[in-house]
Amino acid sequence: MAMSTHDHDDQHHGSELSEPQLRVRALETILTEKGYVDPAVLDLIVEHYETKTGPHVGARVIARAWVDPAFKASLLADATQAIGTLGLVSRVGDHLIAVENTPERHNMVVCTLCSCYPWDVLGLPPVWYKSAPYRSRAVMDPRGVLGDFGVTLPAQTEIRVWDSTAETRFMVLPARPAGTEGWSEERLASLVTRDCMIGTGLPRRPEEAAS
Amino acid sequence: MNGVHDMGGMHGFGKVEPEPNEPPFHAPWEGRVLALQRAIRFTRAWNIDMSRDAQERLPAPIYLSSSYYQRWELGMERNALEQELIGADELAAGHALRPGKPLPRMTKDDLASAFTRGSFFRPAPTAARFRPGDRVRAKNINPTSHTRLPRYVRGRVGVVEALRGCHVFPDSAAVGRGDDPQWLYTVVFDGRELWGAQADPSLKVSVEAFEPYLEPAR
Repeated sequence: MAMSTHDHDDQHHGSELSEPQLRVRALETILTEKGYVDPAVLDLIVEHYETKTGPHVGARVIARAWVDPAFKASLLADATQAIGTLGLVSRVGDHLIAVENTPERHNMVVCTLCSCYPWDVLGLPPVWYKSAPYRSRAVMDPRGVLGDFGVTLPAQTEIRVWDSTAETRFMVLPARPAGTEGWSEERLASLVTRDCMIGTGLPRRPEEAAS
Repeated sequence: MNGVHDMGGMHGFGKVEPEPNEPPFHAPWEGRVLALQRAIRFTRAWNIDMSRDAQERLPAPIYLSSSYYQRWELGMERNALEQELIGADELAAGHALRPGKPLPRMTKDDLASAFTRGSFFRPAPTAARFRPGDRVRAKNINPTSHTRLPRYVRGRVGVVEALRGCHVFPDSAAVGRGDDPQWLYTVVFDGRELWGAQADPSLKVSVEAFEPYLEPAR
């Protein structure tokens, strides 16, 4: 049960730390001292989430689906299995489901009960996804939510909202932007935004691509 | 439970505010909370549904005024106390006052397990009761413990779109009663069935519903 000196110091300067900082530090200290967690392992976990995960993984999946019809078919049939064949991540968790946007239907993903999100392919969920405004409104007023993102869809387009109430996880396969004929997979991936894979956005247009 | 976490269809929370170039964490302590949650799972002292349940049982004003990672931290405190990994006196002291229980601790060699979601598939004890195309009604249930049937679909009629396999039943796992595997379905509801005649006619909403939540509808 080693006590480090800076922990002692905190007790004198605690008022300068926010309440969450104090609580988290206390909990980590106790769990470490009792032998349940190793702070060096915690460092590596944080580093992984800061540097390795993110929507770039999902963007590669979408770009592949845009250029390879067989891959697209397998992605829509079993996303966990299909993405596993790409070698982008060591292993994709079970129960990942890809849903396709078409001219008739736009898909949007939410978790009204907590904040379930396809971390394997999109990384950490953004704050807005976990927020009460999104969780409360997405299932009732998705067009209003899309408006908050500057997206307007035709009135006749069906809006399908997927509430992630179980361990199934959803990612949206958006439509390939027009004017990208002959583009490489890598260049196409640069058009795929995190939000278009959640369904609150659309892919970048070719003229918006990063040069 | 009918808590404030069950937010679908509530009014009054305002606009969605996307943040351009959002960082992975907004403060270092957020990353520590995530890492603690991943690492402590390795002890198997509690499961992911117990984590969710602990957050849902936070007092409503606390839940609503806490950020995502604050809720995680508060839930973790509750889980650790309830599973007797730590004591309230230790939490108050900010330090361990007794040795810990002998539980497996995650090492660097175990990191892959921190980054891969487990599988929730389980062998099916019975044949699935419903098939795609079946009309079903979400039962009007109001359990006081963890459930995944959101209030906004209870009593409403939808159509089974897909069978997703047989999964751990969170309502059981959250209260330590084991996996109790159940068939899981995607059930689609028309916007007007959920929100009335004024609803957007182009809206369809699906939930992932476990078989015990559903009954046949004509």
